[in-house]
Amino acid sequence: MTQKTTILTLPEEELVHPGNRACAGCGLSIIYRIGLKALGRDTILVVPPSCLTVLQGLYPIAATQLPCLNVTFASTAAAATGVLGALRAQGRKKTTVAAWAGDGGTSDIGIQALSGACERGENFIFICYDNEAYMNTGVQRSGTTPQGVITTTTPIRGKLQKKKEVPAIIAAHGIDYVATASAAYPLDLYDKIKKAKTISGPKYIHVHCPCPAGWGFDPRYTVKIGKLAVETGLYDLYEIEKGKFQLTGPSRKLDNKKRKPVSEYFKTQSRFKALSKKRIQEIQQSIDEKWERYQDQAG
Amino acid sequence: MHIIESGNVAAATGVKLARTEVIAAYPITPQTPLTEKLSELVDSGKMKAEYIPVESEHSALAVCIAASSAGSRAFTATSANGLLYMSEQIHWAAGARLPIVMCVVNRGIGAPWTVWNDHQDAISQRDAGWIQLYACDHQQIIDTVIQAFHIAETVRIPVMVCYDGYLLSHTYMPFEIPEQDAVDAFLPKFSPSYFLDPKNPANLNTVTLPDIRPDVRGNMAPGYMEIRNNLHTDMRKTISVVEEMDRKYQKTVGRGGNPLIEKYRCEDADFIAVCLGSLSYQLRDVVDTLRGEGIKTGVAGIRLYRPFPDKTVAAEFVNAKGLIVFEKALSYGNQGALYSDIKSALYRNDNRPFVHNYILGLGGREIKTPDLLHAFRISCTDFRKIGDDPQWIGLKL
Ligand SMILES: Cc1ncc(C[n+]2csc(CCOP(=O)(O)OP(=O)(O)O)c2C)c(N)n1
Ligand code: SF4
Ligand SMILES: [Mg+2]
Repeated sequence: MTQKTTILTLPEEELVHPGNRACAGCGLSIIYRIGLKALGRDTILVVPPSCLTVLQGLYPIAATQLPCLNVTFASTAAAATGVLGALRAQGRKKTTVAAWAGDGGTSDIGIQALSGACERGENFIFICYDNEAYMNTGVQRSGTTPQGVITTTTPIRGKLQKKKEVPAIIAAHGIDYVATASAAYPLDLYDKIKKAKTISGPKYIHVHCPCPAGWGFDPRYTVKIGKLAVETGLYDLYEIEKGKFQLTGPSRKLDNKKRKPVSEYFKTQSRFKALSKKRIQEIQQSIDEKWERYQDQAG
Repeated sequence: MHIIESGNVAAATGVKLARTEVIAAYPITPQTPLTEKLSELVDSGKMKAEYIPVESEHSALAVCIAASSAGSRAFTATSANGLLYMSEQIHWAAGARLPIVMCVVNRGIGAPWTVWNDHQDAISQRDAGWIQLYACDHQQIIDTVIQAFHIAETVRIPVMVCYDGYLLSHTYMPFEIPEQDAVDAFLPKFSPSYFLDPKNPANLNTVTLPDIRPDVRGNMAPGYMEIRNNLHTDMRKTISVVEEMDRKYQKTVGRGGNPLIEKYRCEDADFIAVCLGSLSYQLRDVVDTLRGEGIKTGVAGIRLYRPFPDKTVAAEFVNAKGLIVFEKALSYGNQGALYSDIKSALYRNDNRPFVHNYILGLGGREIKTPDLLHAFRISCTDFRKIGDDPQWIGLKL
């Protein structure tokens, strides 16, 4: 295994300018800053409407130093395909093409284009930052909003349906690299993007991304809450390389003894206030069962 | 070289001769054979291009938008519901000022389903900021496709080359294929002044505010309104660019002469039929018959529909007593779109001819020459009978 990147070995050059337009404590601004370092300067970004469009700045000022194509909401992966087509036609084959979309732009309106691009085997990195709702338009439910969560379109009872498992859907396309990451572990994400850059074909990285404004917590707790999601075994960090699943980083070190109760995570955010005790118990049980399976597989 | 082939093959051949670099398309009748031909040309190695078999029309135009933004010449084609499925991207491509060329193989729109020809698809997109050119035969299809790239890249505005589904797309006619050398002499390499480039990074299609804003150096940058005004101003300039490209094409390839409007026996005509697409050739027979009856008629096919050559229309038809607009589309609840455009173009003249509007051929309803003759004759002889409401030709119930 390659050396893990540390805060000491991380490139110093900043590709995202200070003073971008994201909210204070935004998980996305952490991973965007670190993620662009991993992608490097020879990269073309493709971005659909989302909080990222705003983070990147308002015309004529840009918050980032990489070329970026803003595209329509549903078209991210198809647009990345078009950039790749032009680069191939022009013989500019070294440039990395990275699509960077929210959970709505990935799992809902953008899933058709993403599925098409994965099936065609396009050589791109698709990064989905999952803040578990449509934040840019004011916190509406998305396909990846977890069950029970209060959003502006699930205002009383919380979302009734389950979270859509996007990494599993993308993995079902048989692509060579699918990974999950978290804004609370940006260096892990850095290494995963670096690895993705060495693999040809479609690469998909799904990043859990706490959002103080939409989740209802104080901006100073972004990292703590991101970590809790992992430490409770609710959100797992893993890679699926050529079909082989493996827990990574902090999730790999987690076991039934270390795992914290999921209620600790829920109580940190106001979006979970509609969850009943019974519901929390059920969720805890499903997490326990999932971890039994992991342990069986490992053992 | 002369060949006998379909209109779709004429279009595909134009795309090849234009050295298109990126093609993305999704099949829909009657465009499908064009897509198939292009994939065959690329797959066999006869054409050096990237052919991307996307999963939808929305993605087809997304690929073209991105490829064009990255500095490559891009092409797509569609019909009817495919065009509507692209609608968001159609507006996006124009706003982003990307010189994409798209063939619209005209077909009626569902519901109910129809695969046959009318013009409602392209007409429904006329306000999106694309240039629209209509071809009347196979020769015009291939020539217009080649010219379209040059026009688009000169003004940085995308172009739709519209031609009638089945009537042109699937019929076989002789046409001449220009020599590659001649096309190369006509059409320069696509070299945009800016494109997606890590060495010269830019954030394209960023969020704008209602007002203008200074950049980091303090220089005022345009706001949404200025950007849109530029598009309109450049659209208006496109009329003369289309004429210029026609002259250049005549010089290098040797064909052309009707860049804006193609007229037949209009010089001394009292009554002129006006329409889009291949219908204008069918109307030539009607004109000849009426001339035989002593009625001085002519027919004008509008080649450039957007930007609308309104001043040319006003000048060309200044001496006509009547204009009769035959249309395969309409703005429901009002009248034919071309009819409204013609009337507003004539408004600047002191002496205005009467203008009639006939709606016909929707969903491929057969357009019978005797019906055209009958309508045209009534318009010329009994013109007060017909008011401003569109008259429908060919209704059976
Ligand atoms: C076709 C279309 N439909 C709707 C919108 C409005 N819209 C813009 S961003 C957005 C939500 C984005 O959600 P997500 O992808 O999760 O990103 P986030 O804002 O949460 O970062 C919506 C609904 C749009 N721009 N285009
Ligand atoms: S709403 Fe959430 S995701 Fe969007 S900028 Fe604010 S903190 Fe970040
Ligand atoms: Mg979101």
